[in-house]
Amino acid sequence: MFARLVYESFRRQKRRKLLAGAAITLGVTVATAMIAVATDIGDKINRELRTIGANLLVTPQEDTLDVEIGGVNLKPPSDGAFLSEADLPKIKGTFWHNNITGFAPMLPVNVTLQRDGGTENLTLLGTYFAKQVSVGKETFMTGVRSTHPWWRVSGAWPDDSSRDVLLGERLAARLSERQGDEVTVSGRKLHVSGILSTGGSEDDQIIAPIALAQEIIGKPGAVRRVYVSAITKPEDALARRDPKSMSGPLYDRWYCSPYPQSIAFQLQEAIQHSHAEQIRQVAQNEGAVLTRIEGLIFLITLAALFAAALAVSAAMATAIFERRAEVGLMKALGAGRLAVACVFFAEATLLALIGGFVGFAAGGLLAHQIGRSIFDSQITIPPVLLPVILLIAVIVTFAGSAVAIRQAVRLDPVFALRGEL
Amino acid sequence: MSLSRSAKDVAASRTRSPHTSMFLRMLVRAAVLRRGRALSALFAMVVAAAVTTAMLNLFVDVQAKLRREFRNYGANIVLVGRDSDSLPADALARVESVLAGRGVVAPFALVVARTGDGQPVVVAGTDFDRVRQLDQWWSVSQWPSAPQQALVGVRALAVVSPKNQPFDLSFQGRTIRLTSTGTVRTGAAEDSRIYVSLADLVSWTGVQASTIEVAATGSPEEISAIMHQLEQAIPAADVRPVRQIMEGEARVLGKTRATLLAAAALIILTAALCVLSTLMGWVFDRRRDFAIMKALGASDRLLNGFFAAEAAALGASGAVIGFVIGIGIAAWIGRVNFHAPVVPRFSVLPFVLAGSIVVTLLSAVLPIWLLRRVQPAVILRGE
Repeated sequence: MFARLVYESFRRQKRRKLLAGAAITLGVTVATAMIAVATDIGDKINRELRTIGANLLVTPQEDTLDVEIGGVNLKPPSDGAFLSEADLPKIKGTFWHNNITGFAPMLPVNVTLQRDGGTENLTLLGTYFAKQVSVGKETFMTGVRSTHPWWRVSGAWPDDSSRDVLLGERLAARLSERQGDEVTVSGRKLHVSGILSTGGSEDDQIIAPIALAQEIIGKPGAVRRVYVSAITKPEDALARRDPKSMSGPLYDRWYCSPYPQSIAFQLQEAIQHSHAEQIRQVAQNEGAVLTRIEGLIFLITLAALFAAALAVSAAMATAIFERRAEVGLMKALGAGRLAVACVFFAEATLLALIGGFVGFAAGGLLAHQIGRSIFDSQITIPPVLLPVILLIAVIVTFAGSAVAIRQAVRLDPVFALRGEL
Repeated sequence: MSLSRSAKDVAASRTRSPHTSMFLRMLVRAAVLRRGRALSALFAMVVAAAVTTAMLNLFVDVQAKLRREFRNYGANIVLVGRDSDSLPADALARVESVLAGRGVVAPFALVVARTGDGQPVVVAGTDFDRVRQLDQWWSVSQWPSAPQQALVGVRALAVVSPKNQPFDLSFQGRTIRLTSTGTVRTGAAEDSRIYVSLADLVSWTGVQASTIEVAATGSPEEISAIMHQLEQAIPAADVRPVRQIMEGEARVLGKTRATLLAAAALIILTAALCVLSTLMGWVFDRRRDFAIMKALGASDRLLNGFFAAEAAALGASGAVIGFVIGIGIAAWIGRVNFHAPVVPRFSVLPFVLAGSIVVTLLSAVLPIWLLRRVQPAVILRGE
């Protein structure tokens, strides 16, 4: 009898059920989409923040002081220690390889530029532009194009295996060289494939594939420093502690959290005789910006959940209020308060479950669209969320109906049937 | 003549006045008698208006708040003397007057000096108080406060003063004795440098500041205007944007704004639908009133006017209360998340008010429109 009551109510009052169901579906859609966006926003903004540049720097352990003013190196070129280029793929072999979005080795060397009979001392910076690096079975593309996205080239980026170079914007203006010209650098004729604009010291330099720089100083495989761009977690109290002072489980937690410090620590382990450190300007501020944006979206998600809950409650209350006559009839036929409440709660649960499923799917689509149109990447919803969302939908629907149901069951059947009140 | 006109006027006002007062009485009584439902409709309206106000306020204000966070990244404009010359002595003062408080400025002078055992090291002269505000990511153990005190980069420390003793530096035959008060760690070029006060550097080497770093606050348009003004104020300087910071900032702000917009649209839509369903239920519920009025001879216009006036009153009062609450929510989010109040934007009020009234009118007129053809008798019989 109970099942039949609920079934018939769904079969015969399609319009009412549709209205309430639509409200629940909409509420769940908004809630799902906002939760999906909120859980993913940290990762998305983190990737956007990577456009500010690398946040970790790997240098040789025994490095001597940099004597550099405005990008001009005043030290003898072969001075100091180097890292080995052969070790670089190991960066992608660390525990946090999925968090490392790119790296670019740098080898600045001092060169002489011959022109019009005179010579000029300049810095030539050897690096990767977009090099295929293979780690195990995987290959991936890395270089300044991913770690330094604000570098802009008019002309073409050189190939990493070629002997083409880029000229810094100010240098090119001074020499009145253009794309396609040739420059003579330390006795080598080099083809200029493009003009580079960075807004930094590179504007006064020549940028070349790293093999060329290594050839000029006669040190194959030498790298002065490596910029690593990694997705990190904002620093907290644990991150700042010295790993040496930690106990076993605490150390494991530190090691397995993507703090800038712990990723630097692992890079140091991966590359022999290296020293890795966070670039504080990037790494520290990133955490602050990220925390703010995440906090903001979190609070807004709360607001969205609240609005969705309210919409569902309002729809449920209206739907039940309209059925006073029915309640009156049930009570007149001898149904107790409990039985009446049970029918309504069963209906609400059914509606919430159906609306929850449909809303979850629609919310997934919506989140996917938001991800695609705003971040050009996927926002996926963990399936774990489905039971949580369904539970929330049922609770909210219950809470929304509770007041209306209470009022309905308290009604005197006589008044309800006469349509008074 | 004049008497007859005044009599006509009185008659006209009499026919109007009971009408108006009846109209008002019906409005008030309808709200008072069905307190519960009227309150719940008002509540929905207030919540919707509050959420909308808060979202609009945040949307307008969040850019400014996040821009301030981005200023912690340090300079976004750099002034460099042309052809690596020093900047004029009054350059700093001129930059400050252009900025007029819209940012932080710090001067830098760089020289290569030699340590006691002949190693080259970069020494920078600057204003410590300004650097402290400009480059907040510097991890400094202790800032120097007296002359002849230096802030030594962690890598430079091992070279110049491994045991933290006073050390000598020489530049073109002139030496200076410095004591290190603390170390600076940034993970970048600063680690290999020694920082002294600009006054010390000038009296020691005679080299003036060659770089001024500016962290200007404002929108991209304001910053390019500042750059233009700086170019005109100091013709001897090359004014360069720090593209790395500016582009990253623009990207992150753009994406955050877009996400916020999407969220705001979703929330406002949900809130509006909530109001719509509550109010439609309320009006639909009163179809008996509607039928009685119609049976007593009320015209369609009067009925529409009655329900519309009721809806507009509800929308307006809900919007105003909601606006106040919404401002409060926005201020709270500002305090909790950005540690700075969100300035109330009263320019948002007309939009919230208009939006609320449109939604309430819609939800009142729609049921009436649906019921307009139904005979009052049918409704009164409860069918």
